[in-house]
Amino acid sequence: MEFLTREEIEALQLERLREVLELCTRSPFYGKWFRDAAFDPSTVRSLEDIRRLPCMDKNTLRGEDPTAFLTVPEEDVVRMHSSSGTTGQATVIFHTAKDIEAWTELGARCMYMIGVRRRDVFQNMMGYGLFTGGLGFHYAAERLGAMVIPAGSGNSRRQIQIMRQFGTTVVHIIPSYALVLLEVFEEMGLNPRDDTRLRIAFIGAEPHTEGLRRRIEEYYGVDAFNSYGLSEMSGPGVAFECPAKEGMHVWEDSFLLEVLDPHTLEPVGEGEEGELVFTSLHREGMPLLRYRTRDLSSVLPGVCGCGRVHRRISRIKGRTDDMFIVKGVNIFPMQVEKVLLGVLGVGSNYQIVLDTMGVRDEMRVMVEVSGELWHGEVRELNRLRKSIVDELRQEILVTPLVELVEPGALPKGEGKAVRVVDKRDHARGG
Amino acid sequence: MAHQINVFAQNQPGRLERLTEVLRDENINIRAITIAGADDYGVIKLLVDDPQKAQAALNEEGFSTFMKEVIAVVMDDRPGGLHDICRSLGEKGVNVEDAYGFVVKDRNTAILVVEVEKIPEAEGFIHDSGFEIMSDEELYSL
Repeated sequence: MEFLTREEIEALQLERLREVLELCTRSPFYGKWFRDAAFDPSTVRSLEDIRRLPCMDKNTLRGEDPTAFLTVPEEDVVRMHSSSGTTGQATVIFHTAKDIEAWTELGARCMYMIGVRRRDVFQNMMGYGLFTGGLGFHYAAERLGAMVIPAGSGNSRRQIQIMRQFGTTVVHIIPSYALVLLEVFEEMGLNPRDDTRLRIAFIGAEPHTEGLRRRIEEYYGVDAFNSYGLSEMSGPGVAFECPAKEGMHVWEDSFLLEVLDPHTLEPVGEGEEGELVFTSLHREGMPLLRYRTRDLSSVLPGVCGCGRVHRRISRIKGRTDDMFIVKGVNIFPMQVEKVLLGVLGVGSNYQIVLDTMGVRDEMRVMVEVSGELWHGEVRELNRLRKSIVDELRQEILVTPLVELVEPGALPKGEGKAVRVVDKRDHARGG
Repeated sequence: MAHQINVFAQNQPGRLERLTEVLRDENINIRAITIAGADDYGVIKLLVDDPQKAQAALNEEGFSTFMKEVIAVVMDDRPGGLHDICRSLGEKGVNVEDAYGFVVKDRNTAILVVEVEKIPEAEGFIHDSGFEIMSDEELYSL
């Protein structure tokens, strides 16, 4: 599956698309969805025919009893997962045994691709439970025969002790937590490069910059690979970087990818940024058709040096719902993170606070000043603040207030970091 | 030369209280303290009897600290004492970045702490002008 030709992938996609559409006719929800769109699955002749169906999104899922999407009897369901609910009410996905098997295979493919083998010790530092980040790669690593340490998230000192005691070689970690953990290494007088056997890190579950990846690689002495997934498409394992580290291969035998303009829902050209929209081609319990992820990315042109023709997507720029508007300008937290990395030279915990001052929007960026950032002088801090303000103005075209705060003053995420707090009047529903 | 601890602190009620609490719990004696403020943050400068221990304790509590080398000059506690030192530094072209003084009562002397860029060079000038420079040990055992 990994090394199919383009023609083989597309032929397989069409075959699986027809199967999944046929399957969907058995679900109460899709029965009505097809009737309302005057869509007859048996008339599908090409992959483009999917565009005759409307897109779905989180609201489509929230508007229904989740069992309405099932194409199989309820007793065939062996597991449910739910989205992390970072942006609202959680959504539920049901899996059959076959679905779990297919997901496990995809995860194992990702891990094998970047060199995880039987002898590896895999410490999974993602939250277990409803969140798919934990269990997905847990079973995938077992499938490869690696030893899995189901460490879960949090409890940093213990994570490090376990890492050292069992000779962990591979970790799965949220990038902002990788930075938090570095501080704990330092507090314990340890250096991850010398004091652990780490060689590979998968970083996913939240958008991050190339600079942050490089920091993680440098400080931990590992190869760090970007991982992409979402609970609605089972979880991690939708797309993954190969050793070339030039974009993430979307496993197109299992997912039909469209990149659409978020406003017009028309396809954008290769290399152009748009919203990722997926159709699950290989899930029987609860297939999703043309599901809008709200994640913004683009398809990278050309063929990857690794020889796999599964198309590659660029790192996720942000979610359409992470984006915030200040003084009429669209801003992504990632832009702020990029600037901070550039100015400070090291990753630092930060938070963006939006507030209403009189009638105007005010954007405050709070940045933690760690010991390595300064040499004890006030004027140095003033300079630092000024360059952050200047560089941010250049990047986002809005002049923010920048506050330097003490280490630990900002909430420390063990799960997904909360980067934006919106206290503006309209955000309170006023 | 002597060592001073610079601590980054937000300008908020309770921060100084927390800092001094940490030092008290570690049984550290503060010789002198001064605060250089911007607006919403500042740098607290501490001269203590055990700088290494104090820094470790503050770091452990999450403070962002920096150990800074300074020169502690002994002055006569009399009118014109400070002027004499300033003149000798000025004549040699040494720029004083920050300075503060404190009086040691039982010794009838005053100590001037100066932050300069080129410490060894400045120490030489001060010494040549006939002033006594305190070593770490002398300063900490005051």
